[in-house]
This record gives sequence, structure tokens and C-alpha cells, in this order.
Amino acid sequence: MTISNVEKVEYWKWEESNWKNPDIPDCSGSLITAGVDIGSTSTQAVILADGELYAYSSIRTGSNSPNSAIDAMKWAMDGTGLSLEDLRYTVGTGYGRVNVPFADKSVTEISCHARGANMIYGPSLRTILDMGGQDCKAIHCDEVGRVTSFMMNDKCAAGTGRGMEVIANLLSVHVEDIGKMSFMIDEEPPPVSSVCVIFAKTEATNLMRAGWSKEKVLAAYCHAMALRVARLLERNGMEEDFAITGGIAKNIGVVRRIERILGVRALETEMDQQIAGALGGAMIAKELVEKKNAKKIS
Amino acid sequence: MIANYGFEDGSGSYYIAIDTDHCTDCKERGCLESCQNKVFEMELNDWDDEVAIIKKDYCNQLKSICAGCKPLVDRPELLPCEKACSFRSIVHTW
Repeated sequence: MTISNVEKVEYWKWEESNWKNPDIPDCSGSLITAGVDIGSTSTQAVILADGELYAYSSIRTGSNSPNSAIDAMKWAMDGTGLSLEDLRYTVGTGYGRVNVPFADKSVTEISCHARGANMIYGPSLRTILDMGGQDCKAIHCDEVGRVTSFMMNDKCAAGTGRGMEVIANLLSVHVEDIGKMSFMIDEEPPPVSSVCVIFAKTEATNLMRAGWSKEKVLAAYCHAMALRVARLLERNGMEEDFAITGGIAKNIGVVRRIERILGVRALETEMDQQIAGALGGAMIAKELVEKKNAKKIS
Repeated sequence: MIANYGFEDGSGSYYIAIDTDHCTDCKERGCLESCQNKVFEMELNDWDDEVAIIKKDYCNQLKSICAGCKPLVDRPELLPCEKACSFRSIVHTW
């Protein structure tokens, strides 16, 4: 084998997915609204039929945001018989919200995540931690999912999904395995730098050289990440019930450590927490259509 | 809504909190002129109310931008932007 034909494994690449609600075989005649969340690393498209979750997709954001939005929506529509023309109202959200070519309105990801998390976890939800690709946000909301306060940090990739991808590649561990592996240790190690992902990467390299196992280094990184976002949550005020959205919500290594630091238990769900923003967008789209219809009638 | 704009890094947390619920009742818009670096601007929020925000490009630089108004000695009780807001809805957290 020569160097040129060695297969390069990209450990950071998480699995893209789509889903269609088996309980809604046909949505013809329904009010179809959609939300598209273009994040820095992932894009989600959600379709609602009369306010019920009908289909969604989650893909990696490419270099062209409008194309990512179209690709995500087309994949969500796969097997549904729907086309872009069937969307009554679409809300674009996320980092690239102004780049959704078929969106009727753009809404901040803060409002959309609160609204989506409210639908996923119910009206008792008050505190949301959205751990995105390149930032994290602590959000407070009321019983209808309206934001009452927020605090965001996007100063550095440490404490974000991108930071986790960097560590996955460095340690040659698939990003989806990090959480579980980070608990395969005898004792919780001290955290690595939580200030900068470049420092964290350097520190992790040095720890590997010093003989630490991959599991121990992952535990130290997850610990650091949890500490960083816990500080953000504490600053914005922590109120139960509490839930985590975004890609990192799938990493139990970080989630369990946040719970341990804050002494709370995050609400759990069968749904994909990564779609919260797009789901909120689709819900807001539905409300806007209903508001318009009500105005017409009056 | 309490909107916290700013950042946290290794040296600390630097956030300006704005209670935007009062922006709709505000006629003066004192915040816009009070800041020598013009970090504030008005924007329509998601519910089409005009509220004050910190300009996106300035959020991660507040520590240095605001330093001019924060002398180490003889610091006034209220900073110019805090004073300019008649509802006292602007608060520096550092």
C-alpha cells in the first residue's frame, strides 16, 4: 500500500439522517409549514402537517448555504410526495437564516430553539442550553416557548460541536462514540483548557504523549466543555425544567457532566434534539399563517 | 426579554444586558447617541417590535470597546449608556 491510496477516515463526520412520520401516511389537504435551520456545521429541515411533525432531515452544512437548505428540504420531502411549491410558509433560522431561498421569513435561532424545545419537552420547560456547531446559548423561556432571556458565547470553538469534531479527528475516535468512551475511566481527570479549542487540542496531544488513554483524554475534554457551558447557564440563571438541544445533546459524556456540575437532570426525549431550531421555525410558520388567516376573516 | 450580548474568555465574562421589553415604550433612544463607539442600534425583533441590540460585530470586542468608559479610578456610578436609558434597562455585568 502506498501513501496515496491509504483511506483517510474522517472521524468528525456524524451520520446524516431523515425521518417521516409513519402515523401520517398522507398529508394532502393539510396546512404544510416548514422550518430550515442552517447552522455553521449542520442544516435541518422540518415539515409540519397541521402542526404535527411530518418529516425532517439533518445534513452537514456545505460551503453553499442556499444549496444546503435546498438539499435538506428535498431530503426531508423524500418519499412524502411533497415539493417546495407545497410549502405554505417557511421560516429560515440559524446562522445562515437569510440564505434560505424559499423562506418567507427569517427568525433568530434563539426564538426558534425556545419554541421547538417547548414542543419537544412540553410547557414546563424553562431553561434551554443550545449547544451548536460554533456557539452555545443559554435560553430562558415561558410556558409557551417565548424567550424571556438569553446569553450566548461564540468567542471560541471550545465548548461547541466543532470543538468536539476537532478532538474526534485528533484522537481518531468517531464523534458519535466520544460520549460513551469518556466514561470508560477509573477516575474523572481534571479538565483540559476550556478557553480555546487550539489550546485544548495541544493539551490533549501532550496528554496522549504523557501516556493518557484516549478515554481519559476524552473525559478531560468533555469535562472542560461541561464546565464552560455550565458557567454560561449559571450566569443566565438556572431554572428547572432544563433541556439541552443541538448536536452535543447527543453526547452523553458532556450531558451527564453538565448535570453533575449543576446538580440537575436534563429532560429526555425520543426525538432528535438537533431539530429543535427547525421545528421551532416550522411552528412559528404555522402561527404566522394562522394569524394571517384570522386577520383576513376579521 | 433580557438579551445578554458579549462573550466569555479566559480572562472573564463581558456582557451587556438589555431589557428589551422597555424599548417599545422608549421615545428617546438615548442609548444610540450615548455610546462614543456607537455599539447600539435598533432592530426589529422576531415579533416586529423595534428593540435595542448590540451590533453583531462588536459583541466579541466589548471588553476593549467599553474600556474607555470604565476608568479604574473615579468610575461613575452609571456608565454613559446605562445613564442614557431612562428605563435603566442597560446594565454592564463587568
